[in-house]
Amino acid sequence: MNGIEQSLIGGVEGGTAILLPSLGELIGELSGVINLGTEGCMLAGALGAYAVAVTTGSALLGILGGIAAGAFFGLIHSYLSVYRKADQLASGLVVWFLALGLTSVFGTGYVNDSITPLTIISIPGLSKIPWIGPILFKHDILVYLSYALVVALVVILKKTRLGLLLRATGERPEVVGVAGNRPALVQLIAVTLGAGLAGIGGAQLSVGYVGNWFNDMTSGYGFIAVAVVLFASWKPARVMVGAYLFGVVLAASSVLQAHGIAVNQYLLDSLPYLATLIALIAVSKKGGSNAPEALTRALTDTT
Amino acid sequence: MRIGSKLRKIVGLVGASAISMIGLASCGSSSSASGTTTASATPATTVGFIMVGSRSDYGYNQAVYVASQTVAKDMSNVKVITADNIPENDSVTQTMQAMVNSGAKIIFATSYGYFPYAEKFAVSHPSITVLHQGGYLAGKFPPNFGTYWGEAFEPVSLGGMAAGSVTKSNKLGFVYAFPIPQTIQNIDAFELGALSVNPNAKTYVVNTSNWCDPLKQKEAATALLSQGVDVLTQHQDCQATVIGAAKAAGAYVVGYHYDASSLDPSGWLTGSVWNWAPVYTNIIKTVLSGHFAGSIYNTNWVGTFATNNNPLTLAPFGPAVTSTMSTKILAEEAKLKSGSSVFTGPIYCQDGSVLVPAGVTPTYAQINNFSCLVKGVVGTLPQS
Repeated sequence: MNGIEQSLIGGVEGGTAILLPSLGELIGELSGVINLGTEGCMLAGALGAYAVAVTTGSALLGILGGIAAGAFFGLIHSYLSVYRKADQLASGLVVWFLALGLTSVFGTGYVNDSITPLTIISIPGLSKIPWIGPILFKHDILVYLSYALVVALVVILKKTRLGLLLRATGERPEVVGVAGNRPALVQLIAVTLGAGLAGIGGAQLSVGYVGNWFNDMTSGYGFIAVAVVLFASWKPARVMVGAYLFGVVLAASSVLQAHGIAVNQYLLDSLPYLATLIALIAVSKKGGSNAPEALTRALTDTT
Repeated sequence: MRIGSKLRKIVGLVGASAISMIGLASCGSSSSASGTTTASATPATTVGFIMVGSRSDYGYNQAVYVASQTVAKDMSNVKVITADNIPENDSVTQTMQAMVNSGAKIIFATSYGYFPYAEKFAVSHPSITVLHQGGYLAGKFPPNFGTYWGEAFEPVSLGGMAAGSVTKSNKLGFVYAFPIPQTIQNIDAFELGALSVNPNAKTYVVNTSNWCDPLKQKEAATALLSQGVDVLTQHQDCQATVIGAAKAAGAYVVGYHYDASSLDPSGWLTGSVWNWAPVYTNIIKTVLSGHFAGSIYNTNWVGTFATNNNPLTLAPFGPAVTSTMSTKILAEEAKLKSGSSVFTGPIYCQDGSVLVPAGVTPTYAQINNFSCLVKGVVGTLPQS
């Protein structure tokens, strides 16, 4: 196995922990609510998944714990920002700190536990394809779930009334309200669902790729997930590319060193951010940003 | 650069204050749980311990926490408060101030990156004694400041011997955090130890730029294992991820900071384990006696095997270490205890230049200036 292949394999495994929260953030932002608490939802999901996995002995059941814990913090954020009209950024940060504190308190007891992480599933046939097989088809179940989610999101957003409702809520909530729908409810559901996905991202760390719980184990990857959505200008397929880009750079940094290849690691670490910056400049130069309009202002009518 | 801490800087005030609030919450909880003081004539002196990571990380911070609780138990005239998960930025200054506000007279700042904050705090608070764990001050010491550490590289080199003796691929892996002097010494000592029993042993190094980022640790361990490494060691604060990766791959492990043999009983070779309680106790006693200024702790104090007070000790051996090998390692330990050095020359850098000339034994100050990896280490230190 050569270094490039190793980096790509590690990039998909690690990148999935960023991809899932990014997709969740995408859904929330399309409805017009930004969730800076994604890091906290991810952290809560990591602990929720680990705690359930320790208790039940099943990492698969742990995933459900991850969804529940992430969604719980998403619910707090969406209630505060949508129904109580709290500042979205402040509410998101509060959720992050709340999750950081609570997971430290409740997570300490789990640090010394160990679990059997999610098993690696090789897709018959596909995993035998040279290069592509090991990179894409030899992973735990959450990686395959993320593939399915990207496809589903592309279809839902482009082809269905549900996707239209979500995007309309993010652009013109008043119009959605006038049309007889409840934009606030759409936002509440979108953000909570998105936070549940962030929770699965945390589970990919704690019961998937890493297989351990540590306090503050998400180390800022939830914020990267938010940045990836900007990088991808709110398009699911691009979110996937962005998340994997971060994942691959992360893995490549280790792989290059393990091969004794001298690189300027600080430069390597900054590459994804540089790419995000360039992408943002490119997007804004075109004139039309894809950002949902409601992200820039408060919801005026919650009926 | 750690992503999380970068972002914490961005959120600035909010971040710092909230984190120190979390710190104080844990400070409060642990002081009520453990800071038991028996009724005595003299009021108890409050001692604060600040940790960068979780107090249950199976590693560096757990070792600090366990020792702080031993101090609380054994010293009836001391009340211990602790704060964990305090980042290496001005949060630590706020935490020290908060501890002083709640009565602390002695503060142990136990993470490497706390150094500049701890020293400044000592200068601005002459009535508080501040101790920094692992730092090295080249200049003049304020009368209420000291650093303390152990010659960590001594047990690390013994761990290297164990690694070098069991490896089949002759490839050892070392996951480290930052290219700081302590770490460079440890990597060099590990490789020298391995070479002393296996002239073909090579140590492959990968850094994570973070004391405890499980995802990066996993990436690092995976990269090393795919490269053919069959013994992993580390200089990280939390150990479990790397040990878990080694266990899953059937590789061996040399631990660091804390005896984590229970995580992988069959793969555990040995490790280096902190025993801080005697050091903390002696320092606190010195401060309480009123003779801290000018004492051995008012400098860069270093425990060594030779002086029989190295806070870092060798962990018990795992089943993969044969009795012949363990005898050899213990004999080497005895030699170090009688005054020999890990770094007696000749020692060469990777590029073949001389690090330590033949027959010379470097001083601790010189060892702290080691800036190259020794011959036999594969990989480079990150250049800034």
